[in-house]
Amino acid sequence: MIQPRIIPVLLLKNKGTYKTVNFKSPRYLGDPINMIKIFNEKLVDEIIILDIDATVNNTFIDDNYLKNLASQAQMPACYGGGINTLEKAKKVISAGFEKIAISSRALVDLPFLKELVRQFGAQSVVVVIDLKLSKGKYSIYTHNGKVLMKKDFLEVFDEVSKYAGEVVINSIDNDGKMAGYDLFLASLIESRALTPITFLGGASSLQDLKIITDFNNYAAAASSLFVFQGNLKAILPSYPNLKQRADFFIGDR
Amino acid sequence: MICIVDYGLGNTNSFLNAYNKLNINVKLTNKKRDLEQAKRIILPGVGSFDFGMFQLKQYDLDELLTDLVLNKKVPILGVCLGMQLMLSNSEEGQSRGLGWIKGESKSFPFDKNLCRPHMGWNNLSIFKSNKSFLKNITKDDYFYFLHSYYVNLTNEPYVEAQSFFGNNFCSILRKENIFGVQFHPEKSHNSGLVLLKNFYEMNI
Repeated sequence: MIQPRIIPVLLLKNKGTYKTVNFKSPRYLGDPINMIKIFNEKLVDEIIILDIDATVNNTFIDDNYLKNLASQAQMPACYGGGINTLEKAKKVISAGFEKIAISSRALVDLPFLKELVRQFGAQSVVVVIDLKLSKGKYSIYTHNGKVLMKKDFLEVFDEVSKYAGEVVINSIDNDGKMAGYDLFLASLIESRALTPITFLGGASSLQDLKIITDFNNYAAAASSLFVFQGNLKAILPSYPNLKQRADFFIGDR
Repeated sequence: MICIVDYGLGNTNSFLNAYNKLNINVKLTNKKRDLEQAKRIILPGVGSFDFGMFQLKQYDLDELLTDLVLNKKVPILGVCLGMQLMLSNSEEGQSRGLGWIKGESKSFPFDKNLCRPHMGWNNLSIFKSNKSFLKNITKDDYFYFLHSYYVNLTNEPYVEAQSFFGNNFCSILRKENIFGVQFHPEKSHNSGLVLLKNFYEMNI
C-alpha cells in the first residue's frame, strides 16, 4: 500500500540553511549539505530544498553545489528557487533531483509550466503557492512573500492543478510560528485538489502531522518542527521513526 | 562496469552516487565503445515518453541499445521512464517505443480519490520469487514511486512483481536479460541499494 508522506523542508540562502517566521527574520541553522546528510540517515521519505533568494535576486545555484546537495540524498529530493528556464530545470534533474519546484514563474506564465510538464512529465513538476490571509481572503504572494498577485487564488490553484503533478500550499501566516497548520485552508483546498497536495507552514508536533490521514492525498511538510528542539528552539534535526509514526497513526511502513 | 545511459534525460547523478556507495564501477555515457563493453546497462528516465524517445534518437542510442539488448543480450535495467520506453508505445505520447517488450504505458485514471500521479513509498504486493533479482527483498521493502503512467504488458509471464495503486499494476518486469522497475531504486534508501546490487551481481 502507498504510504503517506512526511517531508522536511530546507530553506536555502547563500548556501546556508535558514528558518524564517512569516517569511521574515531568517535565522541561520547550519550547512545544508550536512543537514541533508542527517535527514538521509534518519531515512526521511523525501526532502524539499528551496532557495528563497533566487527569484528576488535573479540568481541561480551553481551546478557543482546542486550536485553536492543531491548526492547526500538517498531518497527523492525536490529543488526549487529561481527556475525560470528549461535549461535550469534540466540542470536540477540531472544533478540528481527527481522533482523541480517552481513558484513565482509558474503562477504568471502558464505556457512555461506546460512546457516543463511536456518535457519532464507532470510527476516531476511541483508548483509552490505561498499564501497570506488578509481581511478574510487568501491571496497569493510571489517573490518570497513580497509581491501580491492580484488574480484570485483559487482560480490560479485550479489552473496549475491541471498541469503540475504536485502542489505545495505554503501558509506565510503560519510559517515558523509552530502553532499548527491552517486546517481551514486545508479543507478549502481538499475539495478541489486534482493532484497530491503537500501542506506546509505551522506544524508544531507529531500530532499536527495527522493531516496525512485526516485529509485525502495530503503530505505533511515542515521546517521548524524537524530542525528545532525545545522551547528555546535549539537546532537539532529530528524526524519521526517508524514506531513514532505507528504510535501517532501517521502512516507507518 | 555498469554503464548509465546518458541521453540528456534523467536524474543520472543519483545512479552514480548509488553505485559509488556500493563500490561498483560505474560510468555515465552515451558512447558506443563504452556501452559495448558494459557488463550491465541502466536506462534511467525522468521525463515524458515522447521527449525520452526523441532524446534517444538524438544520440543515436535507439538502434545501438536495441542491438546490444536483443542481439548481444546485454542485461539492461530500465528505471521509471526507462522501463516504459522499452515498450511498444505509450498513452503519454505519439512516438513508438523501443518495442523490446509488447505492451503499452497507460495513464492512471483521473480520479479525485486516487489523485495521480502515484507518488510515494509503496511495496511489492505480489512478486514471483525472492531469488536473484529480488534476493533479500520482501513485502517489508518499500520503494519510491513517481509516475502518472503504468506499464500494461501483453504477456503476463514478463510481470515479475506488482504493486497496488487503485489496482495492481506491473512494478517490475523481466524478459530474459531485460529488466524494468517502475520505482526509483537509486532513491529508495537501503531497499533500492539491495536491488541495484542484485542487478549487478546476479547470474543472468
